[in-house]
Amino acid sequence: MANRALMFPLALILAVAVSLTQASTAFAKEKPRPRDWADSARLLATSGVSQIEGAAGGGLAPWAVITGYGTRDSLGGNVHGTYVRLPDFSLRSGGIALGLFNRLELSYTRQTFDTTETGPKLGLPSNYTFNQDIYGAKLRVIGDLVYGQDSLLPQISVGVQYKKNNRTALVRALGATSDHGTDFYVSATKLFLAQSLLVNATVRETKANQFGLLGFGGDKKNSYSTEFEGSVALLLSRNLAVGAEYRTKPDNLSFAKEDDAYDIFAAWFINKNLSATLAYVHLGAIARQSKQRGVYISLQAGF
Amino acid sequence: MKFLSPPTLALALTLGAFLAASMSATTARAADTLYADLGGKQGVATIVEDATANFLADPRIKDTLSESNMDRFKAKLTEQICALGSGPCTYTGHTMAATHRGLHLKNSDFNALIEDLQDALDKSNVPFAAQNRLLALLAPMQKDVVTR
Repeated sequence: MANRALMFPLALILAVAVSLTQASTAFAKEKPRPRDWADSARLLATSGVSQIEGAAGGGLAPWAVITGYGTRDSLGGNVHGTYVRLPDFSLRSGGIALGLFNRLELSYTRQTFDTTETGPKLGLPSNYTFNQDIYGAKLRVIGDLVYGQDSLLPQISVGVQYKKNNRTALVRALGATSDHGTDFYVSATKLFLAQSLLVNATVRETKANQFGLLGFGGDKKNSYSTEFEGSVALLLSRNLAVGAEYRTKPDNLSFAKEDDAYDIFAAWFINKNLSATLAYVHLGAIARQSKQRGVYISLQAGF
Repeated sequence: MKFLSPPTLALALTLGAFLAASMSATTARAADTLYADLGGKQGVATIVEDATANFLADPRIKDTLSESNMDRFKAKLTEQICALGSGPCTYTGHTMAATHRGLHLKNSDFNALIEDLQDALDKSNVPFAAQNRLLALLAPMQKDVVTR
Protein backbone atom coordinates (compact mmCIF):
# COMPACT_ATOMS: atom_id res chain seq x y z
CA MET A 1 0.00 0.00 0.00
CA ALA A 2 2.65 2.41 1.10
CA ASN A 3 4.69 1.47 -1.96
CA ARG A 4 1.83 2.09 -4.32
CA ALA A 5 1.06 5.41 -2.64
CA LEU A 6 4.65 6.37 -3.26
CA MET A 7 4.64 5.10 -6.86
CA PHE A 8 2.13 7.62 -8.15
CA PRO A 9 3.91 10.78 -7.13
CA LEU A 10 7.23 9.29 -8.23
CA ALA A 11 5.85 8.38 -11.65
CA LEU A 12 4.35 11.81 -11.94
CA ILE A 13 7.62 13.48 -11.09
CA LEU A 14 9.43 11.23 -13.56
CA ALA A 15 6.92 11.98 -16.29
CA VAL A 16 7.17 15.71 -15.71
CA ALA A 17 10.96 15.49 -15.64
CA VAL A 18 11.09 13.55 -18.92
CA SER A 19 8.69 15.92 -20.65
CA LEU A 20 10.66 18.90 -19.39
CA THR A 21 13.87 17.40 -20.73
CA GLN A 22 12.24 16.79 -24.09
CA ALA A 23 10.75 20.24 -24.13
CA SER A 24 14.10 21.78 -23.34
CA THR A 25 15.73 19.66 -26.05
CA ALA A 26 13.14 20.85 -28.54
CA PHE A 27 13.66 24.38 -27.31
CA ALA A 28 17.40 23.91 -27.59
CA LYS A 29 17.03 22.88 -31.23
CA GLU A 30 15.63 26.30 -32.00
CA LYS A 31 18.21 28.19 -29.96
CA PRO A 32 21.00 25.67 -29.54
CA ARG A 33 23.66 27.99 -28.29
CA PRO A 34 24.25 28.68 -24.60
CA ARG A 35 25.73 32.02 -23.60
CA ASP A 36 29.48 32.21 -24.07
CA TRP A 37 30.80 34.22 -21.12
CA ALA A 38 34.15 34.79 -22.80
CA ASP A 39 33.33 35.06 -26.50
CA SER A 40 36.40 37.18 -27.37
CA ALA A 41 34.34 38.11 -30.39
CA ARG A 42 35.05 41.78 -30.93
CA LEU A 43 37.48 42.49 -33.74
CA LEU A 44 41.21 42.48 -33.09
CA ALA A 45 42.63 45.76 -31.70
CA THR A 46 39.20 47.16 -30.77
CA SER A 47 39.99 46.53 -27.10
CA GLY A 48 42.66 49.21 -27.23
CA VAL A 49 45.58 48.76 -24.85
CA SER A 50 45.91 49.67 -21.15
CA GLN A 51 46.64 53.36 -20.67
CA ILE A 52 48.90 54.55 -17.87
CA GLU A 53 46.07 54.63 -15.31
CA GLY A 54 44.71 51.20 -16.29
CA ALA A 55 41.73 52.13 -18.44
CA ALA A 56 41.39 50.76 -21.97
CA GLY A 57 42.77 53.33 -24.37
CA GLY A 58 46.05 54.38 -25.77
CA GLY A 59 49.13 54.92 -23.62
CA LEU A 60 48.28 58.27 -22.05
CA ALA A 61 44.57 58.75 -22.74
CA PRO A 62 41.58 56.57 -21.93
CA TRP A 63 39.43 55.82 -24.97
CA ALA A 64 35.71 55.17 -25.15
CA VAL A 65 36.35 51.46 -25.79
CA ILE A 66 35.62 48.86 -23.11
CA THR A 67 38.54 46.61 -22.16
CA GLY A 68 38.84 43.10 -23.59
CA TYR A 69 37.11 41.50 -26.53
CA GLY A 70 33.72 40.60 -25.05
CA THR A 71 30.67 41.61 -27.08
CA ARG A 72 27.50 42.99 -25.51
CA ASP A 73 26.57 39.36 -24.72
CA SER A 74 29.78 38.52 -22.90
CA LEU A 75 32.66 39.54 -20.64
CA GLY A 76 36.21 40.59 -21.37
CA GLY A 77 39.25 41.31 -19.28
CA ASN A 78 42.92 42.15 -19.19
CA VAL A 79 45.96 42.28 -17.00
CA HIS A 80 48.79 44.59 -17.92
CA GLY A 81 52.26 45.62 -16.94
CA THR A 82 53.89 48.88 -18.05
CA TYR A 83 57.39 50.23 -17.60
CA VAL A 84 58.54 53.77 -18.43
CA ARG A 85 62.23 54.59 -18.20
CA LEU A 86 63.00 58.29 -17.88
CA PRO A 87 66.40 60.00 -17.46
CA ASP A 88 65.89 60.67 -13.75
CA PHE A 89 62.99 58.43 -12.76
CA SER A 90 61.13 55.31 -13.69
CA LEU A 91 57.46 54.46 -13.60
CA ARG A 92 56.00 50.98 -13.30
CA SER A 93 52.38 50.04 -13.32
CA GLY A 94 50.40 46.84 -13.21
CA GLY A 95 46.72 46.27 -13.13
CA ILE A 96 43.63 44.34 -13.96
CA ALA A 97 40.52 45.39 -15.85
CA LEU A 98 37.18 43.73 -16.44
CA GLY A 99 34.78 44.55 -19.25
CA LEU A 100 31.12 43.72 -18.75
CA PHE A 101 28.88 43.34 -21.81
CA ASN A 102 30.89 45.88 -23.79
CA ARG A 103 29.18 48.44 -21.59
CA LEU A 104 30.98 48.81 -18.27
CA GLU A 105 34.67 48.64 -17.46
CA LEU A 106 36.07 48.23 -13.95
CA SER A 107 39.79 48.51 -13.35
CA TYR A 108 42.43 48.54 -10.67
CA THR A 109 46.01 49.64 -11.25
CA ARG A 110 48.96 50.20 -8.95
CA GLN A 111 51.59 52.67 -10.07
CA THR A 112 55.10 52.90 -8.65
CA PHE A 113 57.09 56.04 -9.29
CA ASP A 114 60.76 55.39 -8.55
CA THR A 115 63.15 58.30 -7.89
CA THR A 116 66.11 55.99 -8.72
CA GLU A 117 69.45 57.83 -8.26
CA THR A 118 67.64 61.18 -8.29
CA GLY A 119 66.20 60.70 -4.79
CA PRO A 120 69.05 62.53 -2.98
CA LYS A 121 68.66 65.60 -5.26
CA LEU A 122 65.15 65.90 -3.86
CA GLY A 123 66.20 65.27 -0.27
CA LEU A 124 65.01 61.67 -0.43
CA PRO A 125 66.86 58.36 -0.26
CA SER A 126 67.92 56.72 -3.53
CA ASN A 127 65.23 54.58 -5.10
CA TYR A 128 62.59 56.22 -2.96
CA THR A 129 59.20 55.19 -4.37
CA PHE A 130 55.74 56.71 -4.44
CA ASN A 131 52.87 54.28 -4.93
CA GLN A 132 49.44 55.08 -6.13
CA ASP A 133 46.33 52.89 -6.30
CA ILE A 134 43.86 53.73 -9.05
CA TYR A 135 40.32 52.39 -9.10
CA GLY A 136 38.57 53.08 -12.39
CA ALA A 137 35.11 52.72 -13.84
CA LYS A 138 34.00 53.55 -17.37
CA LEU A 139 30.53 53.40 -18.89
CA ARG A 140 29.89 53.31 -22.63
CA VAL A 141 27.05 55.74 -23.21
CA ILE A 142 26.38 55.78 -26.93
CA GLY A 143 27.77 54.87 -30.33
CA ASP A 144 29.63 51.88 -31.66
CA LEU A 145 33.26 52.08 -32.71
CA VAL A 146 32.95 49.53 -35.54
CA TYR A 147 29.31 49.35 -36.60
CA GLY A 148 28.72 53.11 -36.67
CA GLN A 149 30.49 53.59 -40.01
CA ASP A 150 27.44 55.21 -41.60
CA SER A 151 27.35 58.00 -39.04
CA LEU A 152 29.76 60.56 -37.65
CA LEU A 153 28.73 59.75 -34.09
CA PRO A 154 31.75 58.46 -32.17
CA GLN A 155 31.59 55.87 -29.42
CA ILE A 156 31.27 57.94 -26.25
CA SER A 157 32.02 56.84 -22.70
CA VAL A 158 32.18 58.53 -19.32
CA GLY A 159 34.67 57.46 -16.70
CA VAL A 160 35.94 58.04 -13.23
CA GLN A 161 39.33 57.29 -11.65
CA TYR A 162 39.77 57.36 -7.89
CA LYS A 163 43.44 57.65 -6.98
CA LYS A 164 45.12 57.22 -3.62
CA ASN A 165 48.80 58.03 -3.07
CA ASN A 166 50.68 56.27 -0.26
CA ARG A 167 53.05 59.17 0.59
CA THR A 168 50.61 61.38 2.45
CA ALA A 169 53.10 63.44 4.49
CA LEU A 170 55.56 63.88 1.67
CA VAL A 171 53.13 65.03 -1.02
CA ARG A 172 51.71 67.51 1.51
CA ALA A 173 55.24 68.75 2.20
CA LEU A 174 55.67 69.27 -1.55
CA GLY A 175 52.61 71.52 -1.51
CA ALA A 176 49.84 69.14 -2.48
CA THR A 177 46.56 69.54 -0.65
CA SER A 178 45.62 65.88 -0.55
CA ASP A 179 46.93 62.34 -1.04
CA HIS A 180 43.83 61.26 -2.93
CA GLY A 181 41.60 62.56 -5.66
CA THR A 182 39.01 61.66 -8.23
CA ASP A 183 39.26 62.34 -11.96
CA PHE A 184 36.16 62.50 -14.15
CA TYR A 185 36.38 62.18 -17.92
CA VAL A 186 34.42 61.91 -21.13
CA SER A 187 36.02 60.09 -24.07
CA ALA A 188 34.83 60.17 -27.66
CA THR A 189 36.49 57.66 -29.98
CA LYS A 190 35.78 57.56 -33.69
CA LEU A 191 37.04 54.83 -35.99
CA PHE A 192 37.14 55.97 -39.61
CA LEU A 193 37.37 52.41 -40.86
CA ALA A 194 37.46 53.33 -44.56
CA GLN A 195 40.53 55.45 -43.76
CA SER A 196 41.99 52.93 -41.27
CA LEU A 197 42.16 55.84 -38.83
CA LEU A 198 41.14 56.13 -35.19
CA VAL A 199 40.73 59.50 -33.49
CA ASN A 200 40.10 59.98 -29.80
CA ALA A 201 39.35 63.05 -27.72
CA THR A 202 39.09 62.95 -23.95
CA VAL A 203 38.19 65.80 -21.61
CA ARG A 204 39.19 65.26 -18.00
CA GLU A 205 38.38 67.10 -14.79
CA THR A 206 41.27 66.57 -12.41
CA LYS A 207 43.31 67.97 -9.52
CA ALA A 208 46.12 65.43 -9.94
CA ASN A 209 49.78 66.48 -9.87
CA GLN A 210 51.83 64.27 -12.23
CA PHE A 211 48.87 61.88 -12.62
CA GLY A 212 48.52 61.93 -8.80
CA LEU A 213 52.01 60.61 -8.10
CA LEU A 214 52.75 63.98 -6.44
CA GLY A 215 49.34 64.25 -4.79
CA PHE A 216 46.26 66.30 -5.62
CA GLY A 217 45.64 70.02 -5.64
CA GLY A 218 48.34 72.40 -4.54
CA ASP A 219 49.52 75.67 -3.08
CA LYS A 220 49.33 77.30 -6.53
CA LYS A 221 45.94 75.95 -7.55
CA ASN A 222 43.57 73.79 -5.58
CA SER A 223 40.51 73.54 -7.82
CA TYR A 224 39.65 71.14 -10.61
CA SER A 225 41.26 71.80 -13.99
CA THR A 226 39.74 70.87 -17.34
CA GLU A 227 42.33 68.98 -19.34
CA PHE A 228 42.39 67.62 -22.90
CA GLU A 229 43.77 64.33 -24.17
CA GLY A 230 43.96 63.57 -27.87
CA SER A 231 45.01 60.43 -29.71
CA VAL A 232 45.38 59.61 -33.39
CA ALA A 233 46.13 56.06 -34.52
CA LEU A 234 46.61 54.62 -37.96
CA LEU A 235 45.85 50.94 -38.51
CA LEU A 236 48.56 49.40 -40.67
CA SER A 237 47.30 45.84 -40.50
CA ARG A 238 44.92 43.81 -38.38
CA ASN A 239 47.76 43.46 -35.87
CA LEU A 240 49.54 46.78 -35.94
CA ALA A 241 48.59 50.36 -35.10
CA VAL A 242 50.87 53.38 -34.89
CA GLY A 243 49.98 56.79 -33.57
CA ALA A 244 50.57 59.78 -31.37
CA GLU A 245 48.97 61.22 -28.27
CA TYR A 246 48.93 64.47 -26.37
CA ARG A 247 47.74 65.02 -22.81
CA THR A 248 47.53 68.32 -20.97
CA LYS A 249 48.00 68.35 -17.20
CA PRO A 250 47.30 70.81 -14.38
CA ASP A 251 50.10 72.88 -12.84
CA ASN A 252 49.15 73.09 -9.17
CA LEU A 253 52.46 73.03 -7.28
CA SER A 254 54.66 76.09 -6.87
CA PHE A 255 57.81 74.05 -6.13
CA ALA A 256 57.96 72.49 -9.59
CA LYS A 257 56.35 73.37 -12.91
CA GLU A 258 54.35 70.61 -14.57
CA ASP A 259 54.33 70.14 -18.36
CA ASP A 260 52.04 68.41 -20.82
CA ALA A 261 52.79 64.87 -21.93
CA TYR A 262 52.93 63.40 -25.41
CA ASP A 263 54.05 60.24 -27.11
CA ILE A 264 54.36 58.34 -30.34
CA PHE A 265 53.50 54.67 -30.17
CA ALA A 266 53.24 51.35 -31.97
CA ALA A 267 50.83 48.73 -30.65
CA TRP A 268 51.19 45.17 -31.80
CA PHE A 269 48.13 43.00 -31.32
CA ILE A 270 49.66 39.54 -31.49
CA ASN A 271 46.24 37.98 -31.03
CA LYS A 272 43.17 38.62 -28.87
CA ASN A 273 45.06 37.33 -25.83
CA LEU A 274 48.26 39.32 -26.08
CA SER A 275 49.39 42.77 -27.12
CA ALA A 276 52.61 44.73 -26.79
CA THR A 277 52.96 48.51 -26.95
CA LEU A 278 56.18 50.38 -27.50
CA ALA A 279 56.23 54.15 -27.21
CA TYR A 280 58.52 57.13 -26.92
CA VAL A 281 56.98 59.35 -24.30
CA HIS A 282 57.78 62.92 -23.32
CA LEU A 283 56.55 63.85 -19.84
CA GLY A 284 58.32 67.21 -19.60
CA ALA A 285 59.66 68.36 -16.25
CA ILE A 286 58.90 66.25 -13.18
CA ALA A 287 59.85 67.51 -9.70
CA ARG A 288 62.25 70.11 -11.16
CA GLN A 289 64.02 67.53 -13.33
CA SER A 290 63.55 68.73 -16.88
CA LYS A 291 63.11 66.78 -20.13
CA GLN A 292 61.81 63.53 -18.74
CA ARG A 293 61.41 61.50 -21.88
CA GLY A 294 62.06 57.90 -22.63
CA VAL A 295 60.85 54.52 -23.65
CA TYR A 296 57.47 53.16 -22.66
CA ILE A 297 56.86 49.42 -22.83
CA SER A 298 53.57 47.77 -22.02
CA LEU A 299 52.33 44.20 -22.22
CA GLN A 300 48.70 43.22 -21.99
CA ALA A 301 47.18 39.76 -21.69
CA GLY A 302 43.49 39.01 -21.66
CA PHE A 303 40.43 37.90 -23.56
CA MET B 1 50.89 83.18 -27.49
CA LYS B 2 48.22 81.33 -25.59
CA PHE B 3 46.46 80.44 -28.84
CA LEU B 4 49.56 78.64 -30.08
CA SER B 5 50.08 76.71 -26.88
CA PRO B 6 50.66 72.97 -27.20
CA PRO B 7 47.19 72.02 -25.89
CA THR B 8 45.54 74.28 -28.45
CA LEU B 9 47.70 72.81 -31.18
CA ALA B 10 46.92 69.29 -30.02
CA LEU B 11 43.21 70.04 -30.01
CA ALA B 12 43.47 71.61 -33.47
CA LEU B 13 45.41 68.61 -34.80
CA THR B 14 42.90 66.13 -33.41
CA LEU B 15 39.98 68.11 -34.81
CA GLY B 16 41.85 68.47 -38.09
CA ALA B 17 42.36 64.71 -38.34
CA PHE B 18 38.68 64.19 -37.55
CA LEU B 19 37.55 66.67 -40.21
CA ALA B 20 39.98 65.40 -42.84
CA ALA B 21 38.84 61.84 -42.28
CA SER B 22 35.16 62.74 -42.36
CA MET B 23 35.61 64.77 -45.55
CA SER B 24 37.55 62.07 -47.37
CA ALA B 25 34.91 59.63 -46.16
CA THR B 26 32.33 61.45 -48.25
CA THR B 27 34.55 62.01 -51.28
CA ALA B 28 33.64 59.71 -54.15
CA ARG B 29 36.43 57.64 -55.65
CA ALA B 30 35.31 57.63 -59.24
CA ALA B 31 38.52 56.54 -60.97
CA ASP B 32 39.80 54.07 -58.40
CA THR B 33 36.82 51.97 -57.40
CA LEU B 34 36.88 49.54 -54.53
CA TYR B 35 35.60 46.96 -57.04
CA ALA B 36 38.83 47.39 -59.01
CA ASP B 37 40.92 47.12 -55.84
CA LEU B 38 39.14 43.85 -55.02
CA GLY B 39 40.25 42.47 -58.38
CA GLY B 40 37.16 43.15 -60.46
CA LYS B 41 34.81 40.38 -61.52
CA GLN B 42 37.28 37.52 -61.10
CA GLY B 43 38.70 38.94 -57.87
CA VAL B 44 35.30 39.30 -56.21
CA ALA B 45 34.29 35.81 -57.36
CA THR B 46 37.40 34.32 -55.77
CA ILE B 47 36.92 36.31 -52.57
CA VAL B 48 33.30 35.18 -52.27
CA GLU B 49 34.25 31.55 -52.98
CA ASP B 50 37.01 31.59 -50.33
CA ALA B 51 34.96 33.54 -47.80
CA THR B 52 31.99 31.17 -48.17
CA ALA B 53 34.30 28.18 -47.68
CA ASN B 54 35.56 29.90 -44.50
CA PHE B 55 32.00 30.52 -43.24
CA LEU B 56 31.05 26.87 -43.77
CA ALA B 57 34.20 25.65 -42.02
CA ASP B 58 33.82 28.03 -39.06
CA PRO B 59 32.26 26.22 -36.07
CA ARG B 60 31.08 29.59 -34.73
CA ILE B 61 28.72 30.28 -37.63
CA LYS B 62 28.44 27.29 -39.97
CA ASP B 63 25.13 26.17 -38.42
CA THR B 64 23.51 29.51 -39.21
CA LEU B 65 23.95 28.68 -42.92
CA SER B 66 22.55 25.13 -42.71
CA GLU B 67 19.20 26.13 -44.23
CA SER B 68 20.71 28.29 -46.95
CA ASN B 69 20.96 27.59 -50.67
CA MET B 70 24.69 28.17 -50.99
CA ASP B 71 24.70 28.74 -54.75
CA ARG B 72 22.21 31.53 -54.34
CA PHE B 73 24.08 32.80 -51.27
CA LYS B 74 27.32 33.12 -53.24
CA ALA B 75 25.61 34.71 -56.25
CA LYS B 76 23.90 37.34 -54.13
CA LEU B 77 27.00 38.03 -52.03
CA THR B 78 29.02 38.51 -55.22
CA GLU B 79 26.42 40.95 -56.54
CA GLN B 80 26.34 42.78 -53.25
CA ILE B 81 30.10 43.23 -52.92
CA CYS B 82 30.34 44.26 -56.58
CA ALA B 83 27.60 46.86 -56.09
CA LEU B 84 29.07 48.15 -52.81
CA GLY B 85 32.43 48.54 -54.55
CA SER B 86 30.86 50.69 -57.29
CA GLY B 87 31.21 47.85 -59.77
CA PRO B 88 28.83 47.19 -62.70
CA CYS B 89 26.25 45.22 -60.70
CA THR B 90 22.92 45.70 -59.00
CA TYR B 91 22.11 43.80 -55.84
CA THR B 92 18.91 41.86 -56.59
CA GLY B 93 18.64 39.92 -53.34
CA HIS B 94 16.33 40.51 -50.41
CA THR B 95 17.12 43.11 -47.78
CA MET B 96 19.63 42.22 -45.07
CA ALA B 97 16.86 42.40 -42.49
CA ALA B 98 14.73 39.91 -44.46
CA THR B 99 17.48 37.40 -45.19
CA HIS B 100 18.60 37.25 -41.55
CA ARG B 101 15.18 37.27 -39.93
CA GLY B 102 14.66 34.42 -37.49
CA LEU B 103 18.33 33.44 -37.38
CA HIS B 104 18.77 35.05 -33.95
CA LEU B 105 22.25 36.23 -34.86
CA LYS B 106 24.47 37.89 -32.29
CA ASN B 107 27.30 40.38 -32.62
CA SER B 108 29.73 37.47 -32.19
CA ASP B 109 28.27 35.83 -35.33
CA PHE B 110 28.50 39.05 -37.32
CA ASN B 111 32.11 39.58 -36.24
CA ALA B 112 33.06 35.95 -36.94
CA LEU B 113 31.81 36.43 -40.49
CA ILE B 114 33.86 39.63 -40.80
CA GLU B 115 36.99 37.78 -39.63
CA ASP B 116 36.39 34.96 -42.13
CA LEU B 117 35.95 37.55 -44.87
CA GLN B 118 39.20 39.24 -43.80
CA ASP B 119 40.97 35.88 -44.13
CA ALA B 120 39.61 35.52 -47.65
CA LEU B 121 40.68 39.07 -48.53
CA ASP B 122 44.16 38.32 -47.16
CA LYS B 123 44.32 35.18 -49.27
CA SER B 124 43.59 37.28 -52.38
CA ASN B 125 46.25 39.80 -51.28
CA VAL B 126 43.76 42.67 -51.15
CA PRO B 127 45.61 45.61 -49.53
CA PHE B 128 44.58 46.23 -45.90
CA ALA B 129 43.33 49.77 -46.67
CA ALA B 130 41.02 48.41 -49.42
CA GLN B 131 39.83 45.66 -47.07
CA ASN B 132 38.81 48.30 -44.56
CA ARG B 133 36.96 50.31 -47.22
CA LEU B 134 34.86 47.22 -47.86
CA LEU B 135 34.36 46.47 -44.16
CA ALA B 136 33.30 50.09 -43.58
CA LEU B 137 30.45 49.52 -46.06
CA LEU B 138 29.45 46.21 -44.49
CA ALA B 139 29.72 47.24 -40.81
CA PRO B 140 26.50 49.33 -40.68
CA MET B 141 24.55 46.22 -41.79
CA GLN B 142 25.01 44.93 -38.22
CA LYS B 143 21.81 46.67 -37.16
CA ASP B 144 19.78 44.66 -39.70
CA VAL B 145 21.64 41.37 -39.32
CA VAL B 146 21.99 41.11 -35.54
CA THR B 147 18.65 40.62 -33.87
CA ARG B 148 19.56 39.51 -30.37
